[in-house]
Amino acid sequence: MIKPENQISLPTQVPTGPRLTIPLRFRDRRRITIMLTLLVLAYITLITLPTMIPSHFKLGAALMSFTENIKIMFLQPHLTNTTFLTLLGALGQSILLAFLTTLLGSVLAFFFALASTRRLAPTPLVLGIQSLMAVIRAIPTVLWVLIYSVVFGLGADAAVVGITFHSVAYLTKVYADSMDELSPDSIETMQAMGLKKGTIIRQAVIPYLVSSYFSWTFIRFEINFADAIAVGAAAGAGGIGYQLFMSSSFYFNFHEVGVMVYMILAFALVLEIISYRLRSVTNQ
Amino acid sequence: MNPNLQQVNHFFNKKRFRLSLILVILGLAYAGASLGLGFQTHSLLNIQDGIAWLIQNFIPNEASKGYWHEISQQLFRTFLVAVAATTCAAVGALFLAIIGAKTLTAAITVSWVIRGFSSLLRNIPIVAWAMILLFSFKQNDLTGFLALFFMTLGFLTRAFMETIEDFGTEKIQALQATGATYLQVIFQGLLPEIAVALMSWILYMIENNVRDATLVGLLTGTGIGFIFNLYFKSLRYGAAGLVVLSVILLVVTVELISNLIGRLLS
Repeated sequence: MIKPENQISLPTQVPTGPRLTIPLRFRDRRRITIMLTLLVLAYITLITLPTMIPSHFKLGAALMSFTENIKIMFLQPHLTNTTFLTLLGALGQSILLAFLTTLLGSVLAFFFALASTRRLAPTPLVLGIQSLMAVIRAIPTVLWVLIYSVVFGLGADAAVVGITFHSVAYLTKVYADSMDELSPDSIETMQAMGLKKGTIIRQAVIPYLVSSYFSWTFIRFEINFADAIAVGAAAGAGGIGYQLFMSSSFYFNFHEVGVMVYMILAFALVLEIISYRLRSVTNQ
Repeated sequence: MNPNLQQVNHFFNKKRFRLSLILVILGLAYAGASLGLGFQTHSLLNIQDGIAWLIQNFIPNEASKGYWHEISQQLFRTFLVAVAATTCAAVGALFLAIIGAKTLTAAITVSWVIRGFSSLLRNIPIVAWAMILLFSFKQNDLTGFLALFFMTLGFLTRAFMETIEDFGTEKIQALQATGATYLQVIFQGLLPEIAVALMSWILYMIENNVRDATLVGLLTGTGIGFIFNLYFKSLRYGAAGLVVLSVILLVVTVELISNLIGRLLS
């Protein structure tokens, strides 16, 4: 190689002004966000944990009695105050409650979702419905049931209406989010063809929504089943939750609680198998 | 008649028939379920009664202002307990998920054991958790914390496991081919990649737990749920309304913060 005598070199301009050396990784927004969030969470946890343990508290004794109760619950389940058939009936009632509220909720929420999707509805309506639903969602289901049990009296009516409220608010949000994923092109094309809104909904929105509609509705059914049990216990609305509450906080009979927990687990297993099947069907 | 037209008519008739069949079945199921429960459909038309009652009675009045101090204190406490339970459960769940995920596990039986364990924790109703814990740990914040912790551990283990399995095996194999050890694969390859997904699960669970903390408090006699029950059952509706209002405020704030973090992460 022959090298030239005078190498040509272009002087690079040194930037003027303050030179801050920030390592690249600190400029990554995601990294900072994750780090800061974890830091805040860890800080809150660390300051909360010591204050939670009350004074004069014997952790060892509590743990001993806890494992003892768990053992009684899972290893020696048997019934004394009620019969198995009564409990089966109560479980059936909780399942019916979950079914009915999911059905009502999914039908009502579908129409609310149509009115609150950005693809079809005007923006003020979308914002209005979505904030109303956010407020309804923010109130726990039990509080809704308690409020309605004063108006309607204790019983099925209050439980159904209370759980339906929360279901509608939840399902409206997830259905509307699913509808928003539909690309605007297809709707614009149909509008350009002069089709009416009803036709657009029937031919474009519904076929697109069907699969996510079913999976979200099923998820809500599982949540409603758990809520039905909780509501039965906390608001006295009947079903297996009420039985659970009676035997655990009135009779202190953990053998009975064990039977009920096994029954609930059996139904949860059935639901899990169904959801597994549904997922493998939709994935095909 | 045009055979084509006949075919089209046949197609639409079949479609209409199927739609009406589904509607009839759903209607019958609705009627059967309401009969079984003793639910009267016309009470759906009386929903506005509830709202009207709510507006009449639950508006916080002058007398309920005195409760504000206690309510805000308990609200803050409930929030802290919910966050602490979620964070602790997340740490445990991450550990279990890494051991148990099908793509990383040493033996497939370990994976099934952890899967079964998380399913068990998740499906035992929170009422049962609260009651068993109340019996041993008595009426204090620790009971609520543990009830939330067990439920969340079940949920997050399952969610984290699925996130890790979605990550796939190619990148893990590639890292192993360069001679990385097990810990290096997890800390340098896996965790940075799935951190965003894990974070959004944690935020979702915090939101959920703030709401569930009210229920747990109602059952175990601690926090915001307990004072709501107290005011509600002693007919101090103004104060109870203030509690509902403050719960709405807390949940909406947590939701907004988590949306903000979600937007920063995407």
